[in-house]
Amino acid sequence: MIIEYENVIIKTICRLLIPFIQLFAIYVIMHGHYSPGGGFQGGVILGASFILLVIAYGLEESRRRISLKALTIYACVGLFIYSGIGALCLLMGANYLDYGILPLPLSSIATIRAMGILGIEIGVGIGVMAIMICIFVGIASYETGGENG
Amino acid sequence: MKILAFFVALLTGGLLIYGVGDMPGWGDPNSPPSLHVSPRYIEKTMEETDTPDMVTSVLADYRGYDTLGETTVIFTAGIACLLLLRRDNQ
Amino acid sequence: MVDYLISKYNYWVYIFLMMLGFYAMMGKRNLVKKLIGMNIFQTAIILYYISIGVKKGGTLPIFMETAPRAADYINPLPHVLMLTAIVVAVSTTGVALAVLLMIYRRYKTLEENEILKSIR
Repeated sequence: MIIEYENVIIKTICRLLIPFIQLFAIYVIMHGHYSPGGGFQGGVILGASFILLVIAYGLEESRRRISLKALTIYACVGLFIYSGIGALCLLMGANYLDYGILPLPLSSIATIRAMGILGIEIGVGIGVMAIMICIFVGIASYETGGENG
Repeated sequence: MKILAFFVALLTGGLLIYGVGDMPGWGDPNSPPSLHVSPRYIEKTMEETDTPDMVTSVLADYRGYDTLGETTVIFTAGIACLLLLRRDNQ
Repeated sequence: MVDYLISKYNYWVYIFLMMLGFYAMMGKRNLVKKLIGMNIFQTAIILYYISIGVKKGGTLPIFMETAPRAADYINPLPHVLMLTAIVVAVSTTGVALAVLLMIYRRYKTLEENEILKSIR
């Protein structure tokens, strides 16, 4: 069980920094086309911001903001977006994950492929964030010497 | 047990050092990994996908099926971790 | 012989790291130290693959208008494959830590010889 950190400086700094860390994580996901980054990197940074909240404020306080049931739904939604875009391309008549045939009103086939890449990166980012927090909270809420032996 | 492990590690290290003779040198542009399909990915990335970043376009467009498998791996690991650490009286 | 030793110096570093992780997996008795040895081994493999794709005088694999030829950029393919390898390493470490917690809950110790003694 992770208990609250008894220091005013750490709690204040974490409370001020966490929104900027999340904003930077969304920037890394969205700018995967033009700079190093993408889905996995941005998802890990987004998960790390919630883990910082758990370390600074304790597990009891953070359970009111993130619940484990919502996190499993986010993980399933992330994987569903990825294979959903692939199945949508299959329904339109092309191969699986062939983004050129999606019905978007853009200028050329190359730009439609770029939008398909952005869509699946968002799905991957949501899924990786949820799984990182799930693994951490699952291991951190272990209590020594359980009743069932 | 530790001495046996040390000698096995030394023997494997010696075999690997002997096998380095076939590896390409540092910074060689004609080594086999850079020759067959990689120049096509580098040259055609702007006209086939409108993406200047070659790592993202190879990961998500040319090799998108592998990324689907990788996302499934991390999803399965998270679900397995949650299922293992469940207590009986909850 | 000296040319062989000096021109491929990066491989000596990777072989040293690999054998360090390999010795930790076999020779240590605590289960958490074996897990850390596995992590060191995986990191050495990832470094080795990325160093294969370096080219002399190459720059980052992001397309620029002033450098249209393929020999100006380093090879992006090992970077892509190693992203998958990093994700697999993290997943394996997470599940292994959960299994270690279950072993501690059941046997009350994490030393290999004591666990083997209480199984028999």
